[in-house]
Parts: sequence; C-alpha cells; structure tokens
Amino acid sequence: MYKYTAHEIRDMIKNKEISSVEATKAALSRIDDVEETVGSFITVLGDEAIKSAEAVDKKIASNEETGSLAGVPMALKDNMCTKDVLTTCASKMLYNFKPPYDSTVAKKMKDADAVLLGKVNMDEFAMGSSTENSYFKKTLNPYDITRVPGGSSGGSAAAVAADEAYFTLGSDTGGSIRQPAAFCGCVGLKPTYGAVSRFGLVAFASSLDQIGPMTKDVKDCAMVLDNIVGYDCQDSTSINTEYKSFEKNLSSDIKGLKIGVPSQYMGAGIDEEILNSINASLESFKALGAEIGEASLPLNKYALPAYYIISSAEASSNLARYDGVKYGYRAENFEDLSDLYLKTRSEGFGKEVKRRIMIGTYALSSGYYDAYYKKAQQVRTQIMQDFSQAFEKFDCLVTPVSPTTAFKLGEKTSDPMQMYMADICTVSVNIGGLPAIVIPCGYDKAGLPIGIQIIGKHFGEQTILNAALALEQTVKKVRPQIGGIE
Amino acid sequence: MKYETVIGLEIHAELSTKTKIYCGCKNEFGGEPNTHCCPVCTGMPGTLPVLNKSVLDYAIKAGLAMNCSITRFSKQDRKNYFYPDLPKAYQISQFDLPLCENGYIDIMVDGQEKRIGITRIHIEEDAGKLIHDDYGNMSIVDYNRCGVPLIEIVSEPDLRSPEEAKIFLETLKSILEYTEVSDCKMQEGSLRCDVNVSLRPVGAKEYGTRCEMKNVNSFSAAFRAMQFEVKRQSEVLDGGGVIEQETRRWDDVHGISTVMRTKEDAHDYRYFPEPDLLPIEISDEWIEKIRATIPELPEARRQRYVGEYALPEYDSFILTSSKNMADYFDACISLGASPKTVSNWLMGDVLRSMKEMELEKIPFEPSKLVSLIGLIEKGTISNNAAKKVLAEMFTDDSEPMALVEKLGLAQVSDEGELKKMIEEVLAQNPQSVEDFKAGKGKAMGFLMGQTMKISKGKANPQVISKLLSEALNNM
Repeated sequence: MYKYTAHEIRDMIKNKEISSVEATKAALSRIDDVEETVGSFITVLGDEAIKSAEAVDKKIASNEETGSLAGVPMALKDNMCTKDVLTTCASKMLYNFKPPYDSTVAKKMKDADAVLLGKVNMDEFAMGSSTENSYFKKTLNPYDITRVPGGSSGGSAAAVAADEAYFTLGSDTGGSIRQPAAFCGCVGLKPTYGAVSRFGLVAFASSLDQIGPMTKDVKDCAMVLDNIVGYDCQDSTSINTEYKSFEKNLSSDIKGLKIGVPSQYMGAGIDEEILNSINASLESFKALGAEIGEASLPLNKYALPAYYIISSAEASSNLARYDGVKYGYRAENFEDLSDLYLKTRSEGFGKEVKRRIMIGTYALSSGYYDAYYKKAQQVRTQIMQDFSQAFEKFDCLVTPVSPTTAFKLGEKTSDPMQMYMADICTVSVNIGGLPAIVIPCGYDKAGLPIGIQIIGKHFGEQTILNAALALEQTVKKVRPQIGGIE
Repeated sequence: MKYETVIGLEIHAELSTKTKIYCGCKNEFGGEPNTHCCPVCTGMPGTLPVLNKSVLDYAIKAGLAMNCSITRFSKQDRKNYFYPDLPKAYQISQFDLPLCENGYIDIMVDGQEKRIGITRIHIEEDAGKLIHDDYGNMSIVDYNRCGVPLIEIVSEPDLRSPEEAKIFLETLKSILEYTEVSDCKMQEGSLRCDVNVSLRPVGAKEYGTRCEMKNVNSFSAAFRAMQFEVKRQSEVLDGGGVIEQETRRWDDVHGISTVMRTKEDAHDYRYFPEPDLLPIEISDEWIEKIRATIPELPEARRQRYVGEYALPEYDSFILTSSKNMADYFDACISLGASPKTVSNWLMGDVLRSMKEMELEKIPFEPSKLVSLIGLIEKGTISNNAAKKVLAEMFTDDSEPMALVEKLGLAQVSDEGELKKMIEEVLAQNPQSVEDFKAGKGKAMGFLMGQTMKISKGKANPQVISKLLSEALNNM
C-alpha cells in the first residue's frame, strides 16, 4: 500500500476503501523496512501517528466533517516547529528542543487531518546540498545508497522516494527542495515567496526561505500546495491574495504555452546527459503544443555570489540566538558569560554552519557592508528585473536543476566551493522570489534520476504545475531499488 | 582655561500601548518574572515579529509634538549583539530611516526661550532584565519587558550646561505625559536616558571629543552625572590631557563614573534591514489623524497662563510641567475660581503636601478646592483655618464645609458676639486703650490679636478690625 500516491491514499480513505490506520501502519512498516538503509527520519512518531490515524478514522466512521488531507500519513522537515515534538534542525544545538508552539504549516496539516509520521533529516539549519551536514545521521539516496539524496531537504526527498511517507514538506532557501527532488526523482515545488507562511519555520535566510511540497507526482504536489498556501497574520511577509485550488485547476493542456530556455543555464558546467534529457523534454513540450524560445537572463551569473552573501548575512543574525542561555545545547563547563557563548556555539554548531555565520558576519561588518551586503541587494534587484523582462515574453522558464545527478557521499564535503556550485541553477529563483517546480524528466546511464526545473512568474504556480503535469505524462517513472529492498 | 559645555541626550521612553511591539502580549509593568511573554517576544526559533500599528501612532504623536517631520517611507533594522536579556541576539530598531526627524523643543532657561534640536525619534523593542541577586554565582533573566515598545529620542548637542539639560529633560517628559505617549515613570524604567558630554574652549567652533554615560536612572542622577563629567573633562584638559572617546558607567551611589568601553572595543552592531518586516509607509491622512489628537502642549499652556491669567512665568512653568496639575488648574478655573488664588494654593500648600506625602496626583477633586476657596471668600473661614482644612482634605474626602465643622473652624462674623469679645478685651487691657488714644498705632494690632485669641482664631479679622476701631473711637 505504501506505493500509492498521496491523492490515491486520500481518495481511498475518503471512500472508506481503506482506513487511515491501515495507511499509517503501511508507512510505519515501510519505515521499519528501509529506514536503516535510507535514514530519512530524525524522529518517528509511531504510536502518536497511529493514535491520530484512529482519531481520523473515528471522524470518518461517524460521518463528521474531515480535513482535506484526512488520514494521509506525511512527514515534516525537522526545521518546522511541532508543539512538544522534537524540532532539531539536525543540529546538536537543538538536539533536545521541543517547541512550545506549532508552526503554521504544522497547524495546517493538523487542521487538514493529515497524520504526522515524524520529522525528517536535513542539512544542519538547512545549510548544505547533500544532507551530509546533519548532526544526527546521513541520509542515503534511495536510487543508490552510495550517493547523497541532495539537500538540504534530503530527508524529505528520500522519505518520499523510498515510500516512507506519502508526502513531505521541505523548505527551500536556495534550492533545498528542488535539488533533492531532482536527486531522488520526486516532485518538489518552491512556492512564490510569501505564498506559504514561514511562521514556525526555523529561519535560515528570512528573505529567501519558503516551505513547499515534496511528493510522488504532480497531482500530489498541487493537492499539498492547496493545503499550505494562504495569508497568515503571524508572518508579515505573507501575501494576502486569493488562492484558488491548484488541484482542481490542474490541466495537462499546454497548447500555446510560451516556454523560455535561458541560454545561460544550458551550457558549460552542466553534465551532457542532463542537457540531453532537458532537450528531450523540450521536444516533448513542443510536441504537446508549447512554443519554445530562447530566453536571456544575463545577470543570473551574479546570483550565486549574491545568494551566498545575502543568505549568510541573514543566517548570521538568525542563528545568533542559539547561545546556550534559553534552550537547546549548553556547554558544560564555562568560566563566564562570553565563555558560555563561545563554548556553546563552538561545540553546538557544525562546520558548515560556522562557515556561513562567519561569511555573513563579515559581510555585515562596518566597512564591508557596502561592498558586500548592499551590493548583493542591488544585484538582487537587477536579477528580479532580468526575470521580469524574460516573463514579458514567456509564461515559464525551463532549466536544469543541478549540474550533475546525485553525487557520491563525501565527494564534495571537503570542497565547500564545489558544494556551493551545486546550487547554481536554483538560487536565482529564491533571489527573485519566484515559484519553481522540479519533476523527474529522465534517468542517466547509472539509473539516477534527472530533474527538470520549470520557473513561473510570481503566483504562476498553476502554470508550472500544468506544464509539469503535461511533461510527467511523457516520462516513464523508474522506482528505486533500495539496497536490494523492493 | 574656560570651557563651554556641550551636551546631547538620548532618551528611551516606553510607550503606553496596550500590547507589545511585535506580539499580542500585554504591555504591563511588573508581574511575576516570565509571565508576560510568549514564543514571539522570547525569540523562540521560528517565530516572527508582526508590528503593532499603534506603536506607530504613539511614535508619530511624539514626533509631531516635538515638531519633527515624519518619514513617509521608513523601515526597521536589526541591531546585532549578544546579551542574555536579548533573546534573539538582535534588537529590532531603526537605523538609517528613523520614523521622525529634524524636530525641536523650546525650553525656558532663565526666563529666555531656547530651541533645542531633536535629531531623530525611532521605534525599537525593549530587552528583558537580568537579576543578579540571590542566585549564587548565577544570574537569571526575566523576559517580561522583552518587546515593550520604546521610542529613542536623540537631541542635537544644543545644551550648554547640566542645568539646561535638566530643564530639557523636564520639558520633554511633560510633552510625553501631555500626549500620553509614555507614562514616564522613571522608577519603573519607563523613561531612561544616556548623556553625551564634551567640552570645547569658549568661542571654539569644533566640538570636543565626547563621552557617553550610561546607567543614568533619574533626572537628578543625570544632572549629577553631567556635573561630574564636566568637572572630570575640564580637569583632564587643564592638566594638558586629551579626552578619549569612551562609554562610561555612572555610579550614582558613589557619585562617580567609570570606563565601560573605549572606542577600540566599541560594538559593531552590523545593522541590516529586518527581513521579517515590511517597510513602513505613512500616509498624510494618517499623520493628520494623529495630529488632531494632540492636546494643548505645556509650552502653549504656559503662554496662555501668562497671557490670559497674568500668572508669573515661574508659576506658569510649574503648573504646566505636569499635565495632571495643569488639567487640575484648568478645571478649577472653569468652575469659576480666580486663577491667581488657585495658582497660589496649588503652588503653595497643595504642592508642599504632595511632596511630603509623595503623591503624584491631587487626591481631591477640583470642585473641592474651589469650594474651599469660596469659604474663604465668603468669610466662613480664615485663611489660616483654610490651610488646616486643606491638610485634612488630603486624607478625608468629605466636603470642605463638613471638614470646617468637623474641625470647628467656622469663622465668627456675628457682630453681636464679636462686640462682646471686644468689650472684654478692652476691659482687660486699659493700658493699651490709653496707648491707642495717645496715638500709638501698635496698640490696635495688639488688641486685634487679643480678640482673635479669645475667639480661638475663629473671629473674622475684617469684622473685628471694623468693630474695634468703632469701639475705640467711641471711647
């Protein structure tokens, strides 16, 4: 049963063909089978999940009104606060942190009667592209357990790809939903900045962070998106607009859709197999009636440095609160206040997090602010204009997601620059606050999934979902063999 | 050498909004530690600030009352520093686009009006409070004050003496009270100030190097701190030394300041725009709506008291420096009392008793003071008796007439009764009668006094005076 998509599970529960308890038990037993190999979860909520499934079943049995994801088992990335349930951000710093409140997305999941299976692994504080920066464990790619699942939402992607959860939520600051979706062959969508509330999402880079669905197919993605978007008065950056149902408006009719292909993304540095697969997808789009043209995003080459300055600057401030005073990790022996700070932060944070804090602190320091942070913000404005101009001609843009398919564990951990380059195709979307979806469009010779990214206009989620749905129907999906486990 | 003192002030005032600046917690002083806080104001991971719009109303009101221009498009910034009372490790404040700019306050110095510039007023959140006592070698934190809305008011370095600075602070406090922007309770920390002092040779154009003093918890402490700093700096300069730019901590108990940090270890706050909050846009309509709520301010009132009621400058200044007092005064006038008489009572016995009893408000209604004054004017009681009644009014809320009866202070104006007393006095003091006849005016006063004595002070002096001269002239 674990193989079903989330919308199939939802419909079967709704039609009383199966119970939520059955669906939940199927997921939990799948977790039992593959978790030791894949390592997606930081916290599994076995009994709690079954209890909430039972509650939903009771509601359904007594014909009470139920939420729109009634009984569907799912998991949250471990940077989304869940009341009284560990929320670690995969960091030693928050190894024991149980939030006193629910994030807006956690609350929305509860309101929709979804069943929370647990919290999934990630790069520490969402900083990384391989989930190797987790303090707790490595998560392996279900398609090849010698490879990374991508990151930072590697646990979210691997859990979906390995059928441990019917869907998960991830967060995306520079590609953290899309790149692991590409590496693990699932569907991931980063919504328009402001479409999904960030309240309760432990902040990495406030002006870039956005929560989105990670699912088995495009229809699931639309369904989950329907359940997480919306204005939230607790998030000042949340946008108050009308959100129509994406699922109900899904259509694979893309005749006349104007697709732009930014030349800057289709050249050097990208694996040939990936380029071939993207080009094949473009042919499929054409065959489906779309019009393909060349787009130009000349300033996108500055997106990566601008991204690393802005995101690190914001992170250096957002992560300053972890000081051992109030919650989480506190160094055991300290002399005085500054020693408490120094030891707690030296011992509590991992290497990559410290690196970003240092970059960000430097970029914001007096005397450097203008040259780095201010300049990066100016670049940001320019990149947004770049996109605006491209979207005057096109309905959406198509690019690769990552220069390579899933790389080997440990392959890039010693070279942070190499690791940062893995984000080259995804960061400009966050800089622009745009929505983008990633779906598998093929597989390389090694059998690893190749992702394709479709970027939309602000609030153009329906357009990119429809394009993704159309393309999905042309791609033959290959299921992973997890270390010999079917 | 003769130096000119240059002083600039930074004042933090807590706003009297109902709730905190970025969450729905009550903005109330006191309470058990960590009971007026929530995940947002304690900076729990994942929480986000949402600006309380009424903070802008209050800050704009303060800005307008201090003649500032209001910034139509401003923003909030993060000021990053580590301290256990600051749970996010940054304070949300305003850096380069403060809400209010370029204002001024007029103050009265030695009967002369002086204009003191207000550089800027910005909004920010307050931090919590560390408690160091009674926990061995540990300190504990109370987050109740976290997220209490503040405005920081920065003055131009226009003040030329600690005395001027004190008047400025008093004037500023009265403006904040008049506009009800802050309750200005210094003992509760609602109003705090940092002092910047520098010296320069008289006649010099360039400012000297300044030192900032922190931990100044009252106006009188500020005054002492400034006096100390002026003396310290002039001694350093006279000794051929150089003033180092530094932040000093004022110790009011010992009356000295000590170095807190020098320029070298000054904080780099790494200000940057707060990405969790949207820019602040203020419309003309919004500003005008707030302008309409600003009451008559102390300066305008003072001028009115001098112009309309012919009160002395000093009296007007004292009466208007507290809104309570000025409102009380106005209420008495509107009940028909004479401004000069009311002013004399308020400035004299009322203020003295309030000071003695440490009261912030007059405990009886204006109508009672007015009826007390009426009793004097009608001759029911003497001026001296009225003082006794007034003293009683601070603890007994009965009507003044009831207190007159309770204290047995009603004045005797009945001519028959008084005539009898006078006859008795004249009979007992033949020598004085002789003296009077011999032209010694003093004797009249003595006989008046004796009559008052017999009446136990209740005799109406005007009536006695009249009857006594009649009696003496008929003898």
